[in-house]
Amino acid sequence: MTDVLLKISGINKRFGGLHALSDVGLTIKQGEIYGLIGPNGAGKTTLFNVLTGLYQPDEGEFTFNGKDLFRKKPNVVVEAGIARTFQNIRLFANMSALENVMVGQHVRSVTGVFGAILRTPKARAEEAAITAKAEALLAYVGIADRAQELARNLSYGDQRRLEIARALATNPTLLALDEPAAGMNPKETDDLKKLMEKIRADGVTILLIEHDVKLMMGLCDRIAVLDYGKKIAEGVPEEVKSNPRVIEAYLGVAPE
Amino acid sequence: MHETMKKNPLLLAIFATFVMVLPWVLGGFFENGNSWLRAVDFALLYILLALGLNIVVGYAGLLDLGYIAFYAVGAYLYALLNSPHLAEVLPAWLSHPPFLVMMVLAAIVAGVFGVLLGSPTLKLRGDYLAIVTLGFGEIIRIFMNNLDRPVNITNGPQGINHIDAVQIAGYDFGRPIEFLGLTFEKIHLYYYLILAFCALIIFVSMRLQNSRIGRAWVAIREDEIAANAMGINTRNVKLLAFAMGASFGGVSGALFASFQGFVSPESFVLMESVMVLCMVVLGGMGNIPGVILGAIIVSITPELLRDIINPLQMAIAGKRVVDPENLRMLVFGLAMIIIMLVRPEGLWPSKRRRAELHPKTKEIALQEKDSLQDAERNHD
Ligand SMILES: Nc1ncnc2c1ncn2[C@@H]1O[C@H](COP(=O)(O)OP(=O)(O)OP(=O)(O)O)[C@@H](O)[C@H]1O
Ligand SMILES: [Mg+2]
Repeated sequence: MTDVLLKISGINKRFGGLHALSDVGLTIKQGEIYGLIGPNGAGKTTLFNVLTGLYQPDEGEFTFNGKDLFRKKPNVVVEAGIARTFQNIRLFANMSALENVMVGQHVRSVTGVFGAILRTPKARAEEAAITAKAEALLAYVGIADRAQELARNLSYGDQRRLEIARALATNPTLLALDEPAAGMNPKETDDLKKLMEKIRADGVTILLIEHDVKLMMGLCDRIAVLDYGKKIAEGVPEEVKSNPRVIEAYLGVAPE
Repeated sequence: MHETMKKNPLLLAIFATFVMVLPWVLGGFFENGNSWLRAVDFALLYILLALGLNIVVGYAGLLDLGYIAFYAVGAYLYALLNSPHLAEVLPAWLSHPPFLVMMVLAAIVAGVFGVLLGSPTLKLRGDYLAIVTLGFGEIIRIFMNNLDRPVNITNGPQGINHIDAVQIAGYDFGRPIEFLGLTFEKIHLYYYLILAFCALIIFVSMRLQNSRIGRAWVAIREDEIAANAMGINTRNVKLLAFAMGASFGGVSGALFASFQGFVSPESFVLMESVMVLCMVVLGGMGNIPGVILGAIIVSITPELLRDIINPLQMAIAGKRVVDPENLRMLVFGLAMIIIMLVRPEGLWPSKRRRAELHPKTKEIALQEKDSLQDAERNHD
């Protein structure tokens, strides 16, 4: 349980004059739920984008599961075992829920043009396996009955779930969730919490951004706090909660 | 079409019979049946082209305005290998290759051109991609036009003449063949030949569409960044779309050169690319039956106009007032405007595109507006 899964250090990312991430370093251990919090604009999503290859960091180091992933393409990162969801949902809107999850398995399947055209026994078996796994994953996140619905027609909460199912379809070791509870009501949030615990119990490490502090305190093993692109605190929820710098960052004043 | 036919074998049988006897129906019912059959042969070539472009534009969502270049590559390749033009310099084993070898070669060479022209455009999207592909299309044509100096390869604007028709199993498709008491002339033979290729390419398109590859194309069309973040190697998958689309175009071009017996750069102007794109858009991007319908309508309408407008003018005014050729552009322009206004998804759209352009309820449209604003706020 204490093996280091992901390690970054000295990560810097600038947008013109804006220093969105400065010297950020953190380690995520196998099997934990690692939380990332911070005020709006602190750089949480930027860090996610760096970790998933969407942004190229300016400097730093990034290893995952023994592999060097510094400045690698998103598809390489996924292949190495990191999958993500997006803060502003990015599903394939005009594909069905099932197809969305099938696309997620692209990286773990091999059928090429000739296999697809000739529909060889191997290609057929793979296609059947992809469909079966997609159905199983929809059931896993609790939207099996919406399989044939176009992603765009799903409710907001179901879309968030579908994004998780699609990410899980890539067989990740680390699942990175960017504000999965945003816009959910308390009941949905509670269901989501259970889902994340289930995912972790099934052996997937989770990196989670969330503004809902109560949810984070109850769910995360460790939490890091970002403010203006810097990591200002890291530790178990209790420590972080009582850290004066964190309180200052959130309330804008130093505690008495 | 595909689904209804699967469910109804009788319908399929009727359709197949109709397609098989069409040349003889045309010959029997119209006095100028042969010129109609020729038009139908060309319509079939356009179906091949439109299905190829459909892979690039319809599935992968890459707007390509230079698609006709691959048709040109296939046509010139066939012309160079099967005419006296280069006969002296060409090694004997390369000249007049067997039919199937020739077709595979056309597909491969055009496919390679697809990759070559596609790779510099990988980072481009939408309008920018369209402009660059348009330029590439023109470059190929200009090459064909000017590669007669210093060494004469393409014979410049005059084009290449005396191209031999295909030979299959010892039969020369350029000469009439007697079979079952019927005389199959070149236009009949080519009708069946191109039809066979249409069937093949429809089959290939369908198989690709319902595969891992087809899904990856659609995913890229829907959201390239998300597709990449889900592990799809967007570069390779896009190049594959360019290559597949181009190879269909190459095959179509080779058939065109062998049918026509003559190629020149004039056949590969920008307007042709635009026409093929019209077929895809008008018929219904991404939907095979729709694309076929579009190709038939766009390629047959001018012939219809010619046959209707001219007699009509003579009857009414006693002389030719407008040239049907000019009218053609007017009709097309109008048709495209009307279609884009009232049925932007095309005449026979895929379910996906219909859903995209006609959200089920107002609610969803609103939700979409919200998520757009959300996306603007959170630029990731
Ligand atoms: N592509 C970009 N170009 C320029 N600036 C950017 C870009 N992406 C992010 N930023 C800036 O970087 C800073 C950090 O943004 P980021 O989205 O990472 O914040 P966040 O912590 O995720 O905030 P929120 O809680 O609102 O999601 C912001 O000031 C943002 O404007
Ligand atoms: Mg964010």
